[in-house]
Amino acid sequence: MSATLLTGWGRTAPTRADVLHPGSAGEVADALATGRPVIARGLGRAYGDAAQNAGGLVIDATGLREVHGFDTERGLVDAGAGLELDALIRLALPHGWFVPVTPGTRHITLGGALAADVHGKNHHVDGAFSRHVESFELALPGGELRQVTPEDPLFAATAGGMGLTGVITRVRLRLLEVTSAYMRVTTTRAGDLGALMESMRERDAGYRYSVAWIDCLKRGAAMGRGVLLRGEHATAEELPARRRRAPLALRGAPARLGVPDLVPSGLLNTAVARAFNEAYFRRAPARERIALEGISPYFHPLDAVGAWNRLYGPRGFVQYQAVVPDAEGEAIRALLERVSRAGMSSFLAVLKRFGEGTGLLSFPMAGWTLALDIPVGAGDLARGLDELDDIVVAAGGRVYLAKDARVRPELLPRMYPELERWREIRHTADPEGLMRSDLAVRLGLTGA
Amino acid sequence: MRDALGSVQSVALFGGTSEIGLDIVRALAADRARTVVLAARDTDRAAATGLATDVVALDLARTEDHAAAVRRIFERPEGIDVAIVAAGLLGRQGEEQVADAAELHAVNGTGTVSVLALCAEAMRRQGRGTIVLLSSVAADRPRPSNFAYGSSKAAADTFARGLRDTLEGSGVDVLIVRPGFVRTKMTEGMDPAPGAVDPSAVTAAVVEGLRGRGGIVYVPGFLRWVMLVIKLLPRPLFKRLPL
Repeated sequence: MSATLLTGWGRTAPTRADVLHPGSAGEVADALATGRPVIARGLGRAYGDAAQNAGGLVIDATGLREVHGFDTERGLVDAGAGLELDALIRLALPHGWFVPVTPGTRHITLGGALAADVHGKNHHVDGAFSRHVESFELALPGGELRQVTPEDPLFAATAGGMGLTGVITRVRLRLLEVTSAYMRVTTTRAGDLGALMESMRERDAGYRYSVAWIDCLKRGAAMGRGVLLRGEHATAEELPARRRRAPLALRGAPARLGVPDLVPSGLLNTAVARAFNEAYFRRAPARERIALEGISPYFHPLDAVGAWNRLYGPRGFVQYQAVVPDAEGEAIRALLERVSRAGMSSFLAVLKRFGEGTGLLSFPMAGWTLALDIPVGAGDLARGLDELDDIVVAAGGRVYLAKDARVRPELLPRMYPELERWREIRHTADPEGLMRSDLAVRLGLTGA
Repeated sequence: MRDALGSVQSVALFGGTSEIGLDIVRALAADRARTVVLAARDTDRAAATGLATDVVALDLARTEDHAAAVRRIFERPEGIDVAIVAAGLLGRQGEEQVADAAELHAVNGTGTVSVLALCAEAMRRQGRGTIVLLSSVAADRPRPSNFAYGSSKAAADTFARGLRDTLEGSGVDVLIVRPGFVRTKMTEGMDPAPGAVDPSAVTAAVVEGLRGRGGIVYVPGFLRWVMLVIKLLPRPLFKRLPL
């Protein structure tokens, strides 16, 4: 056990906790029986304070990475919750299986993926991560190890429950069958937000994966111009001859570039963001193009740069991600207008369509989701983001807890209408209120 | 819990009737602060501000009572994100100041140091928090007009600087605010020095300071350079200045 100063991926609001490194579910259960406030932590990719526990205990779950079973016929894997998605991909891909859902990085754990109920570019077709979980093992406060199946109310409370129902120690996951390590990517440019959203409404259903990058600094007629990246897993037959010999070989070793911890805040300012966004738009072909691309650059382009979060300097950055219902597409326009008017220098603005939601506190709901990276220190960011929240709440939407680092607590019940139900179930699992994170305290998530 | 942008949710003010302290608390409450604990000698006056969610009796001069009071202040599920130590006496100026020196030191010096130490310990256990000390430019160098006050402030200021270094890596930050002349009831009737400010300027500096990771801030900011020069002046020159 070691006292450690922890932050999320956004490197804001550090707090100190005692970090424990258990090697088995039994050791996790023992730690939970001590009665200290506790939260699990995986690879620290939540942007805000979800895996911090000031003054309490943080269970580093990455030691629980044993693969207990892998049925290569049916594509079922049974592994410790600390197993990294990257390791799982390397294990499964040669056998023709891929993770059913992956966010923009594969440096996350299975437990973290379930606790945040992460989504990928395929949410509109395949739903969130928890939909592909057969069952999981949950270490409860007090030390019980419970096997949780979808019929158990704890399943829907744990999927998206931000680790507050207990510590996930083991996950049984259904994988997706593939025949190559390549994607067939259709790249389409859209000159403004209306064209972009219309294209997504009409054509996204035809693709398993779809995401749009938006130039959120562009104003006027070209506001919301963007590039659509739609993908399908390429079949082995589609590959050029030289690739066909080893169609499932993963190319492109991740994180060969690094970022030193010396970058000053303010490097990624509005001017740089504008130039970057302009270049990104120009790079995309004016006419639709279909091309083969490796799985790594398509799903995890930022993983090629280790510790890219340091680019934002010591003050860190926040990621703002919100979703609004399908019928409230205009709210996306309002959000983008607000962002471009305030000159919040977002480098990466991503728009995507969601299908139906899953867990009680899961973020996705059928509709539109917009994600923005914004460096801390740019103007009156606090007020600007509060205004974005107002737009989102008025549209019946919500922000993503795995990325949040600053939302007003009083908005939570409106954003998450199942919050009370979630609290009731959570209470049965943790009547003493021992599961605790900085996020939970900041938002009063677990109730009074 | 302090958020990513430096907004805080729970605040304790030592010197719960201090004009500057209350001005800061008002600004924090207008933002995200929902828990406001006022620790004051005069609890009725603190309660009458209407700002407090909790009032705790605390006399800076009575250090023997401090541990229990600080424990009570921190014993809440949300903890304390920021503790502002704003209590203090100004004392008389000129020749009479010497007679007040011991009392000034008991409150601004020993009493403040006692509270700083207890808050630091409580926050270390919390694994988070920011201690804000309202110091003074008078702490920088003893001036003939107010060295009794200045030396008492210097004691707390020096202690806080040391605390800041020892708390590195603990999740606890220390913000030392050194205002020049602030127009308050405490300074009423005195000639405002150049660069005199209203309490709102101090508040703005604290709110901005909370967005960072502690340190020393002057109010107004240019006093940092003025005081640097004053500190470096050789004594024969310094003595001739009308300070």
